Amino acid sequence: MAKVLVVTSGKGGVGKTTSTAALGAALAQSGQNVVVVDFDVGLRNLDLVMGAERRVVFDLINVVQGDARLSQALIRDKRCETLSILPASQTRDKDALTSEGVARVMDELREKFDWVICDSPAGIERGAQLAMYHADTAVIVTNPEVSSVRDSDRIIGLLDSKTKKAEQGEKVDKHLLLTRYDPARAARKEMLSVEDVLEILSIPLLGIVPESEDVLKSSNVGAPVTLAAPTSLPARAYFEAARRLNGEKLEVSVPVEKRGFLDWLFKRDA
Amino acid sequence: MSFLANIFARRQQSSSVAKDRLQILLAHERGAGGETGESDLIRQLHKEIMEVIARHVAVDQDKVQIKVDRGSGCSMLEIDVEVPQELSGKRAS
Repeated sequence: MAKVLVVTSGKGGVGKTTSTAALGAALAQSGQNVVVVDFDVGLRNLDLVMGAERRVVFDLINVVQGDARLSQALIRDKRCETLSILPASQTRDKDALTSEGVARVMDELREKFDWVICDSPAGIERGAQLAMYHADTAVIVTNPEVSSVRDSDRIIGLLDSKTKKAEQGEKVDKHLLLTRYDPARAARKEMLSVEDVLEILSIPLLGIVPESEDVLKSSNVGAPVTLAAPTSLPARAYFEAARRLNGEKLEVSVPVEKRGFLDWLFKRDA
Repeated sequence: MSFLANIFARRQQSSSVAKDRLQILLAHERGAGGETGESDLIRQLHKEIMEVIARHVAVDQDKVQIKVDRGSGCSMLEIDVEVPQELSGKRAS
């Protein structure tokens, strides 16, 4: 039974695209068939973060409007064969996405894949609502920062009212993914702690992704962090989050680097 | 010394200031998203409560927390006012 997951946040720049790519690649590496779908029409970036920007021929809008078949628009990842991407259109108007068209494409994706991961655009407008409409599960990406938490609260309200599940009287499974977390600053009370954010938003915690250089390094080279640096702290957080999405019960811990003095002294990375 | 301690304490507390501000704000916004009749009532209540408090004690707006817990049977309005010690005897006007 395929699952549709939306990665959303309200606020921009908190790590939706990074998290979509990283969770998608993590789930795909466990052998499941995964497609990541970019809903950010006009500002597509998932292709770039995934390193597929030069392989885009057709996009979501072409498929929605019937100008291309789904199989023509899907791009299979070169590093992980169970991972595919459906890019957004960079040139078209976002109004070209019709709700009927999106519904048809989502049904088709559900048949082909185990996981359909929708990368939502920022904001709470039509594009964001279309991305979340078909979701069974939602990952709300939040930074430990006031504006991000406020916007996440708003998005949680929309997930409870503007989705297909909500219209049918059911609930979308909501999970909090706290990104760009700095345990040291939280300990010094300079940053909202995990507990603070959980208390305010009161949805279950999927994972804590620490602020890390590896995230930028991975997007620089066009690879999800779970493929480019699978042993890094953020990658480990995403792998664990992926296992929780698969129903495993794992305790969430604040990730910290465990390194000896010599490792630290001789550490050289790209 | 107390001056230094004050600055130090303030700086350490920035995350709890953030949390308090968010909790107050979201209590309103969650209300505003729901039935408009009820949210108007809560907004009005908040405004008037703040006015009454300001008439007697000069408190920081951030030190007044108003939370609304909505249950199925009844809703609870929780008002938490933190009065600074040096001001507790003083009148605003």
